[in-house]
Amino acid sequence: MAFALLGLAGVLALGLAAGTRLAPADMTYNNGAEVSTLDPATVSGVPEGRVLKAIFEGLCVKDPRTLEPLPGVAEAWELSADRRTYTFHLRADARWSNGDPVTAQDFLFSWRRFLHPATAAEYAYQLWYVRGGEQYTLLDDALEYVDGEEGPLWFQELAPGRVRVGFAGPELEVLAGGRTLRVDARDGERVARGTALCRYPFGVDEQGVYLPCDATVLRVNPALSREVDEVLADPCGAQWLAELEVDPAALAELRAAGRLLPGARYRREVVEPHLLGLSAPDARTLVVALKAPTPYFLQIVAFYPLFPVNRRNLDEARERWPGDWELRWMRPENLVTNGPYRIEFRRVNDRIRLRKSETYWDAANVAFDSIDVLAVDHLGTSLNLYLTGALDWIDRPITNVIPRLMPREDFDPQPYLGSYFYRFNTTRPPFDDPRVRRALSLAVDRRAIVEKITKAGERAAWGLAPPGMGAYPTVETAHARSGDVAADLATDVAEARRLLAEAGFGPGGAEFPTFEILYNTDQTHKDIAEVVASEWKQHLGLNVKLLNQEWKVYLDSQKNKDYDVCRSAWIGDYADPNTFLDMWVTDGDNNRTGWSNARYDELIRQAAAESDEAARLAQFVEAEGLLLEELPILPLYYYSTRNLVNPRLGGFHANVLDEHFPKFWYWKSDAELARDRAALPPGTVLVDAPGPAAGKYAPAARTEDR
Amino acid sequence: MLRFLLRRALWFAVTLWVVVTVSFFLMRGVRGGPFDGERALNPAIERNIAARYHLDWPLWKQYLQYVGPLNLDEHGPRFLGGDGSELLTGITTGDFGPSFKYRDFSVNDVIGQSLPISVSLGFIALAWALLLGLSSGIASALWRGSRTDVTLRLAATAGIALPNFTVAGFLVIGFVFLVPLLPVAGYGTWRHLVLPGFALGAPFAAYISRLTRTGMLEVLSHDYIRTAHAKGLPPRIVLLRHAIKGGLLPVISYLGPATAGILTGSLVIERIFAIPGTGSHFVNSALNRDYTLAMGVTILYTVLVYGLNTLVDLAYTLLDPRIELEQS
Amino acid sequence: MADERGWSLGLGGGDLERLLAEAAQHKGESLWQDAWRRLRRNRTAWWSLVFLAVFTAVAFLAPLLPLPSPVTLDLQLEPQPPVAPWTELGRHGFERDYWELSWIDERLVDARVALFGDWQTGPWLGTDAKGRDILARIVWGSRTSILVALAAALCSLAIGVTYGALAGYLGGAIDNVMMRIVDILYSIPFIFVVIFLITIVNEYRAELEDTYGIDRETIFYLVIGAIYWLTMARVVRGQVLSLRHAEFIDAARVLGASTRRIVFVHLVPNVLSIVIVYLTLTIPAVMLFEAFLSFLGLGIEPPKVSWGLLAVDGSEMVNPVRLYWWLVLFPAGAMGATLLALNLVGDGLRDALDPKLRGKD
Repeated sequence: MAFALLGLAGVLALGLAAGTRLAPADMTYNNGAEVSTLDPATVSGVPEGRVLKAIFEGLCVKDPRTLEPLPGVAEAWELSADRRTYTFHLRADARWSNGDPVTAQDFLFSWRRFLHPATAAEYAYQLWYVRGGEQYTLLDDALEYVDGEEGPLWFQELAPGRVRVGFAGPELEVLAGGRTLRVDARDGERVARGTALCRYPFGVDEQGVYLPCDATVLRVNPALSREVDEVLADPCGAQWLAELEVDPAALAELRAAGRLLPGARYRREVVEPHLLGLSAPDARTLVVALKAPTPYFLQIVAFYPLFPVNRRNLDEARERWPGDWELRWMRPENLVTNGPYRIEFRRVNDRIRLRKSETYWDAANVAFDSIDVLAVDHLGTSLNLYLTGALDWIDRPITNVIPRLMPREDFDPQPYLGSYFYRFNTTRPPFDDPRVRRALSLAVDRRAIVEKITKAGERAAWGLAPPGMGAYPTVETAHARSGDVAADLATDVAEARRLLAEAGFGPGGAEFPTFEILYNTDQTHKDIAEVVASEWKQHLGLNVKLLNQEWKVYLDSQKNKDYDVCRSAWIGDYADPNTFLDMWVTDGDNNRTGWSNARYDELIRQAAAESDEAARLAQFVEAEGLLLEELPILPLYYYSTRNLVNPRLGGFHANVLDEHFPKFWYWKSDAELARDRAALPPGTVLVDAPGPAAGKYAPAARTEDR
Repeated sequence: MLRFLLRRALWFAVTLWVVVTVSFFLMRGVRGGPFDGERALNPAIERNIAARYHLDWPLWKQYLQYVGPLNLDEHGPRFLGGDGSELLTGITTGDFGPSFKYRDFSVNDVIGQSLPISVSLGFIALAWALLLGLSSGIASALWRGSRTDVTLRLAATAGIALPNFTVAGFLVIGFVFLVPLLPVAGYGTWRHLVLPGFALGAPFAAYISRLTRTGMLEVLSHDYIRTAHAKGLPPRIVLLRHAIKGGLLPVISYLGPATAGILTGSLVIERIFAIPGTGSHFVNSALNRDYTLAMGVTILYTVLVYGLNTLVDLAYTLLDPRIELEQS
Repeated sequence: MADERGWSLGLGGGDLERLLAEAAQHKGESLWQDAWRRLRRNRTAWWSLVFLAVFTAVAFLAPLLPLPSPVTLDLQLEPQPPVAPWTELGRHGFERDYWELSWIDERLVDARVALFGDWQTGPWLGTDAKGRDILARIVWGSRTSILVALAAALCSLAIGVTYGALAGYLGGAIDNVMMRIVDILYSIPFIFVVIFLITIVNEYRAELEDTYGIDRETIFYLVIGAIYWLTMARVVRGQVLSLRHAEFIDAARVLGASTRRIVFVHLVPNVLSIVIVYLTLTIPAVMLFEAFLSFLGLGIEPPKVSWGLLAVDGSEMVNPVRLYWWLVLFPAGAMGATLLALNLVGDGLRDALDPKLRGKD
């Protein structure tokens, strides 16, 4: 009986498994992880970006080789003479998958939604280059705002007649850039309507923040910073200005007169039309006004969080499923997209099936009918799937087989805009001493790490910003570079010993305390930490322990500076030194070392406002030089890409951001494959290239290429 | 019978409540939050995200909101964009909330998608385990002490002598690389489930084999079996009619925990063979600090363990009338 | 055996109790003798036991053996394949490079250096990608694995037996509540508990080490042990339940023995056989669990090495480009052989101790 039941169950199970069968896709690749969401506004990861690039299209797209901006939904754009205003002209034939045309209003809606605090977009700061963008995000809907001559102020009624006020409004943004406040109000003082609560320099004049009604100052916020930039970073939170006693009748009067507006109304009636630098004069024109000239703004426009979403899609979902429309609108059957592909099927932790979109304006240049995006997170499994022909592209083979992969035609590591380094906790002795940090940095043999551990052609790093960012040069910290590896290492180690002795450690001095290298769970991080620890022990006689923490705890330790030395890495968002250098300013959110240098902060601030490109780069070079002199970080190596790609895949190009664009992919025919193989350097090992012998080309592809 | 079920139901409610409460507060006691990433968030943006998921509330209030049934959010459940008119919410209404990590899905969606996959893998593993375990156990009991017995026991023990990822590695080497019979990983056809099913079932086969052997040996020494033999019944009939029924009891009682274990212990196997089942969520949700999903799978596990154990107790009485439910 | 009677008598109270205890002890003694005889006759179990004894000795004496250091890095592009002992028996170049060892181990290493100098065995089982000798890593890893298993098993023994025996002996409502608690704990996915405990331990590691002198590993063992006591409690409780109305227990109670005395002096020795059997089955389970934690990256910290870590490293090597088979096969072989032996001994012990089977072989 039991057997019969089990047999039945087995058949049932097999039936269940077979029922979910899908026809194989034209092309399959491994994304490495399940995407956290398909809503462009709230994503922030590489796997998500890869899928979004297939299903949505921004104003610009990137050239797959050079990453230069190419026309996307916008067919052309101009930049004003002061380099602060972009005008985008949208193409007439851009369509959503529901047939609607893609209009400038769609972008206006999507970008406002992206900036809106209720969307809670992690990447919202990417659009803070737009005038008023930052304050648009930071406006708090629970507060009231003053509209008019006075201000810029927000009001929060703590009790009847008792209000807290603070700075508000995008007007304040013009103040950013190192200005200081002077607070005039004193505790207990009676302030008449129109009196300044505080003042700040503005050009040659002084400006102030004025009250719209009479009040008594109960207390000025004791924690208020005097730096306008710091106030602007958190104007509705800890950086409130003062608490006042106001006549409730006066407040009611202001409200009735429309001078004191609730947050939502203020945003809609004042900020959106007058202050935010986004406007759409007609359906095919979008005008974007920037805070300051931003040379890399077009790269940001092509960045996936700035892709548009379809308003009708959201509105209809909200109407049909009021309870859970935020999940429903993104279901494959509901989601409206404007990219070369659309979502056909999705199963958590398994795959996303992309299907060619027939409404896409450039569908004639899209080759594949379907693409499968897998979410295999086990590196060994991912590699085995590729090697058995089940996958056409993986981005991370296991490190151990890399020496065997190097000669193969399907593995071609290229420079990647990422940097691997260790952070020092400069708030903790002995790492507060730059000599100690320099000594530790000098005593690490980076070449051993890149040649024997990472193995994929990574380059030893003595600086932070990797090569490959246009005209920006590679800046390096001082070290021996005669070219003779062994001699250089010996010189550096001798210098390191001298520096440690100078700092008071070693023979004759104090014993160097035992410390820990913190890293998150990962084979390569573990290997590198083992090597670094053993070199410090061997060269400098230091006792180093390893501490492995799982990802979230590791992040928390790093954030709270609860570590001695900690493994880190940074991947550039765009090809500009700013993405590597702006994080090290004093108390920057991503600094996490406790390091602070006033000159450095000033340089980064100047560079952000600098309109002369050469001067801007010079400021970055000086800043990185400062960083590398004091070394709150220990640079180890610059990344390489590690793509293993089916040789038959065409339209897949290496680039410094390791970004790839499904729109351009196609299968090469045997003839084209043979042509490409003839151009390979001698000694390259040819591998099997599964796929159709005749290739699979886009309908509009030229026949002579086939 | 009814009294037994009622008592079970009552204890079930208590167990579930304790499990929910303990896990809820345990989870929040650990460092790191669901939205922490490599890149630090601007404090204001971080506040917006926290507000969206109610993470800015005091913990007790979040707990009450999570358990339900009263909706404490005067603005409506913001994370699901409700209009504020809903009075009821929380797990007592069957709503496990949105997943924090898989943000396009609710916890109900995630479990609903992955559980059938784990169940079908589990059935195959269990079928393997029972087939191998029972037959080798019976054979080894019948020929106790013989070479067959020793060989079978060694083979069965091998199933619990290696970590299942090592077993999986050997299977892949053998049946994918050396003899290319089966796909290396992935999910789609029945062929994808053969290797993971086997690797998952191996340790359970080993346990079942030992339990069967012990149970059979005990039954075979009983008087009624001797009587049956004495009556002149053919040994095959004695075995199938009388001995197996009694000998299977320990196996049945093992099936409850084993089924729950197969469904949840499949984490390693699911990772190695890239099967999108529930097992991976047990660890990943905890590592991702996906609070709602972690709670969801915890509750799922509790319900499974409790439900299956109750079923086992019921099955026991059907097979062995001497056992009364009240005792167990 | 005389000693055992001695401790029972030494603890004895009243005359009748002593008499009863003596009688019980007498019975027990013949049980153990009988069991020992039966175990020796079970060839598989006996050889497994011998294997385990040798293996434990090797693990304990690891610092004394002329093995290379399991830690010293010699970075290679690829793992190096095994070199047969008859090709290269050994070489010079040993470096005294370990993690912080205990005092005994330091003395053993002293002895090793005195005996063999800087001579060490060749890479008989190959090396890993960082040039570390696999044989040395397996031998040193066995120490960690044995330690984890023993510590966790003892922990589960201490909690499980006490809890189970108390619940079984006290019976009634208390038993009911205690067992419901076990049920509830059973229903919590233990992997959560482990992750939480390990994170919390990591958080307070400095305090724990400085204030209480407990290192991370010790806590790791305790955490695992704390998970495995549940089944032990159930098993013991079941046995005690069937014994609590036995005459010798009633007699002890009549004589006014305290609960603690009854549980630990009278009940526990009588359930010892099943406890031992269960213990031999727990140890392999704990070793596998250690491997599982290593798979998740929650295992012990490098440079220390355990079998779980080696097994994980090996399982990462399974691919058709280049199969570094020595990294897969040898650690798996060592682990498999040991766990197999442990299981076989457990089986043998159960057969030997099972009163129902007695005299039937």
